[in-house]
Amino acid sequence: MTQRAAIVEPPPLDSATAGAATNAGGRRLSRGRSATSLTAASGLGLGVALLWFSLLVLIPLTAVLVQASEGGWSAYWDSLRSPQTFAALRLTVGQAILVTVVNIFMGTTIAWVLVRDHFPGKRVLEVIIDIPLALPTIVGGLVLLSLYGPSSPLGVNWANTPIAVFLAFLFVTLPFIVRTVQPVLLELEPEVEEAAASLGATQFTIFRRVILPSLAPAIASGAALSFCRAISEYGSLVLLSGNLPYSTEVASVRILSYIEGDKLTEAAAVASILLIVALIVIVILDVISRRVARYA
Amino acid sequence: MSIRKLLRVRSVAALSAVAATVLLLTACVGGAATAPDGAGTTTLHLVGFAVPKEANNAIQKKFAQTPEGKDVVWEESYGASGDQSRAVVNGLPADYVNFSLEGDVTRLVKAGLVDETWNSGPTKGIVSDSAVVIVVQKGNPLGIRDWSDLVKPGVKIVTPNPASSGSARWNILAAYQQVIANGGTEAEAREYLTKFFNHVAALPGSGRDATNAFLEGSANVLISYENEAILARQSGEDFDYILPDATIKIENPGAVLKNANPKANTYLDFVLSKAGQEEFVKKGFRPVIADTPVGEVAGANDPAKPFPVPPKLFTINDLGGWDEVNAKFFDEATGLVPQIQQQTGRSQ
Repeated sequence: MTQRAAIVEPPPLDSATAGAATNAGGRRLSRGRSATSLTAASGLGLGVALLWFSLLVLIPLTAVLVQASEGGWSAYWDSLRSPQTFAALRLTVGQAILVTVVNIFMGTTIAWVLVRDHFPGKRVLEVIIDIPLALPTIVGGLVLLSLYGPSSPLGVNWANTPIAVFLAFLFVTLPFIVRTVQPVLLELEPEVEEAAASLGATQFTIFRRVILPSLAPAIASGAALSFCRAISEYGSLVLLSGNLPYSTEVASVRILSYIEGDKLTEAAAVASILLIVALIVIVILDVISRRVARYA
Repeated sequence: MSIRKLLRVRSVAALSAVAATVLLLTACVGGAATAPDGAGTTTLHLVGFAVPKEANNAIQKKFAQTPEGKDVVWEESYGASGDQSRAVVNGLPADYVNFSLEGDVTRLVKAGLVDETWNSGPTKGIVSDSAVVIVVQKGNPLGIRDWSDLVKPGVKIVTPNPASSGSARWNILAAYQQVIANGGTEAEAREYLTKFFNHVAALPGSGRDATNAFLEGSANVLISYENEAILARQSGEDFDYILPDATIKIENPGAVLKNANPKANTYLDFVLSKAGQEEFVKKGFRPVIADTPVGEVAGANDPAKPFPVPPKLFTINDLGGWDEVNAKFFDEATGLVPQIQQQTGRSQ
């Protein structure tokens, strides 16, 4: 159920407009643009896109919200008032924010290294970056457990602690920012940087005024993906986090517990809270990236 | 071109897009139509929890050798007991179900899929038994002999999560009720359970996950099911298990659905015959039919006498039945276990 949070992809403003336009048959979209921009072919494209989007995202999301609203506000209130659920939500969202911040720096750095630097093994690294996405997450959890668990060769034991949650989130979200920033970096024209340098800009100024504004939208969308992926994570934590209430239990385990107890309304309430948090974070990231881009 | 004309072109385009997609979807659905049964064979659908899969398959093989079971073809689905039960309610085809908890069959009764009299037979709807056991590292380095040893310093317990795994509840109930079986009061039982949770190092999602976490070294004690311990030892895992003097009898139900093929009833009868029960025994389950021949069971502590009866073996009925137990122990707001977890979780 929470996996759907990951489907809410940026840019959010466009998808919200698309949602509002479903019933109007796309009429609303034509208002803002010149009427000649929509040919028969793009009309077909729009129709397919809207139908596809509705079947896969909008209708299931609405179903979650309807299920959650069945108990009225009291279900939300009850699930939030349950201290165990609140602790789980706090841990999940907190760690997801932390992981997203780390990813913004590390992901951009890795993308930078992959694009701008030349070193032996670069191609291999390029391929390996995507592995966390391909690996079933429970296998990822097992790998992390053997590396950072009780029989760790590094001499640490982070299994069943909140650090385990942090590590698992990091593992599954690593590729997102790398993969969104990399193509934009490739497209950046070195002439612009050279021009800035010839006009006397320092390396830092060039990065701040030339490179960063171009990268900001890509970083923001990667960060949004990475945040959404993190708050919905379950598989890699199964063996690693220990699911200890008030300590390492994440929101998806709470949802699972509600379902096991045949409390679908509460489960949907927790899921919809995750959705709302995801939406807020996406909007915030979008606003920040627009600000940074305008700074150019 | 006028705007009106354009609008028309656009709506035609959108309509054709919808039509094309609908066609595409129907084509997909049409392609998935089920093939009719081959001549003279009956297809039975078994939906069950994962642990007794091998036992079920062995029973099916034996069943196929009987005149009634000769032409039966099986379609099976295995997974977590609660998930499987919910899947059947949501339309997963099933003739015979085999779950780890009575409540998962009750869910089907409430949905009108299983007759209310399903548990009125001689075994009360139960097809296999087991018991909650304490698993320790090889050679029992901590010298654990009973429940009371689990709350001593240095003990780290792993047990499946009673909130997200239904069958994990057997373990918690065993830990609680053993105090009472040994003459303690409810308050003492609660006190013990609080200490117990203070020693819990991990609550993995299922019994199998808990076994894996224990084998990875996350803890030095695993609360598990006798059949799970025996099966793991059969497949080469090296650990010891202890059957405490006071523990709970685990009862796994099996039921036939209302609109099932009549052969499913014949199959259930076969499961409850000595021939059927023998296969459960081989995989470490206790038989529900008293005079089932119990031969050597590999993996048991004493393969020749695999299932000693603990002096103070209690059942779910001694605790008042599942309805009462779920309300008293596991209710989100008022249950004993969430309360204790809150208490111990906060103090950690």
